[in-house]
Amino acid sequence: MILPVKISGLSAGYRPGHPVLKDIDLEIMPGDFLALIGPNGGGKTTLLKVILGLIRPMSGTVRVFGRSPGDETGRIGYVPQMIPGATFPVTVMEVALMGRLGLRGMWRRYTPADRLAAIHNLHLLGVADLAAEPMDNLSGGQRQRVLIARALAGEPDLLLLDEPAASVDQKTQESFFNLLALLNKKLTIVLVTHDVGAVSSYVRTIACINRVLVSHGETLPAEAVARAYGCPFELVTHGVPHRVIGSAEGSGDSGGEP
Amino acid sequence: MIEALSYAWMQNAVVASILSAIACGVIGTLVVVNRMSTLTGAVAHASFGGLGLAYLLGMPPMAGAVLVSMGTALGVGAISSGTRREYPDTAMAAFWATGMAAGLIFVRLRGGYAPDLMSWLFGSLLTVSRTDLVLAGSLDLLVLLLVGGLFKELTAVSYDSEFSRIRGVRTALIRSVFLALTALVIVMLMKISGLIMVMALMTIPAAVARMFTKGLRRMMILSSILALALSLGGLALAYVLDLPPGAVIILLAGALYFISHIVKN
Ligand SMILES: Nc1ncnc2c1ncn2[C@@H]1O[C@H](COP(=O)(O)OP(=O)(O)O)[C@@H](O)[C@H]1O
Ligand SMILES: [Mg+2]
Repeated sequence: MILPVKISGLSAGYRPGHPVLKDIDLEIMPGDFLALIGPNGGGKTTLLKVILGLIRPMSGTVRVFGRSPGDETGRIGYVPQMIPGATFPVTVMEVALMGRLGLRGMWRRYTPADRLAAIHNLHLLGVADLAAEPMDNLSGGQRQRVLIARALAGEPDLLLLDEPAASVDQKTQESFFNLLALLNKKLTIVLVTHDVGAVSSYVRTIACINRVLVSHGETLPAEAVARAYGCPFELVTHGVPHRVIGSAEGSGDSGGEP
Repeated sequence: MIEALSYAWMQNAVVASILSAIACGVIGTLVVVNRMSTLTGAVAHASFGGLGLAYLLGMPPMAGAVLVSMGTALGVGAISSGTRREYPDTAMAAFWATGMAAGLIFVRLRGGYAPDLMSWLFGSLLTVSRTDLVLAGSLDLLVLLLVGGLFKELTAVSYDSEFSRIRGVRTALIRSVFLALTALVIVMLMKISGLIMVMALMTIPAAVARMFTKGLRRMMILSSILALALSLGGLALAYVLDLPPGAVIILLAGALYFISHIVKN
């Protein structure tokens, strides 16, 4: 079976000799809705960038839909962690259209089909009425929704979202997670978040990442281990399969608390 | 006033203004939204090193200027991207200073006075040649062709280069096209109107246009119109007041810039 993501023995980071991620094994099944949790600096964003092909692995193998990261162009939708305060003269519609880049080659203009896809997804996210507005005039939450519409406009099979709910209010958050659950019927989703309580009733699996993988799947929810690595295990509702990706430093069983 | 248009040099100046305005509006817009206004100064000053080198080796000055300006623009791009992550403005300052100093040394090594070089620094719209106009026209064509054809890529890479890369855009190539075009336009403008005009016309019309437009396409069109209005207005005013046109045009541009900021608030 070709998995959306298959990672084995991965080490990756920004400086040679200083891997941020170590010995990661992770398989993401088709149709999964995976919440990727973990402390700040644990390497969640880094892992997404490896999957996207933005960072080359130092060692290990990464396969995205059976191919090298970056080669599967068009199949991944990405919603980056928000850059606050960035200003640029571009309209909401133009941003949503960027999601279609992979489907149109160089020297080609966007087609009516591209526009349709862009506006459809803006509508889905409830920001279609802002299509002609400059991005700069939008609130943080509105901007975030445009970026999600942009990712969806590319008709991805795998959607990676990096803390998308960070600047969204409670009520919007709920409808947003409901939307993701709906989308999940058609595509695989990886959601980076540090609010596992808010997502636990929507997601299918949870992985905690703090530099390395410690335990995996439903078989080993070693709470003490997880705590030792800064993963908020008590927040995880029962019945959700967990994967714990823990710290490279320190030994797993020093956590103590039951 | 009108009779001035019957002079060949005035006709040339008007055509030169039109041709410069197109390049300024289109490339200046990309420079401004990429927050690389300083690049204009860096490339223009560093290319002085190329002029000096050409002077020393007896090459055509244009060749030296193109070589070094391209090297500067692409060099700044390379140093401030990828894993090196140097601040772009630091890289620009380094190229800026090094290029200027090299130019001074080259001129000194060759010995003597270099009047040609002065015209590059303080060039004048009133002395543009036919060849300059042909070159400027060709460059405009190239700019319109490349920016028109790669518009969605140039916009996307300027706005969110990482996302563009993920969507399969060859971001390094697109960025290099942008930087190389910028270098060429700067050399062309220097030849036509001198160094200081380059900095003013590449940045001010685009900066003002940004305040009043919400998309890149309109920003390019508006800044081209503004650049043209400033150039022609400056030329006319300079003729009437008997002042150097370059300086008058820049003063007008500066006034427009500050007034726009006041109006906008
Ligand atoms: N561009 C970068 N260059 C160097 N180090 C980085 C960079 N981005 C992140 N890091 C480091 O990598 C580690 C993991 O960061 P990140 O993946 O962003 O964590 P998370 O998303 O889980 O908060 C941190 O220690 C951070 O300092
Ligand atoms: Mg992060």
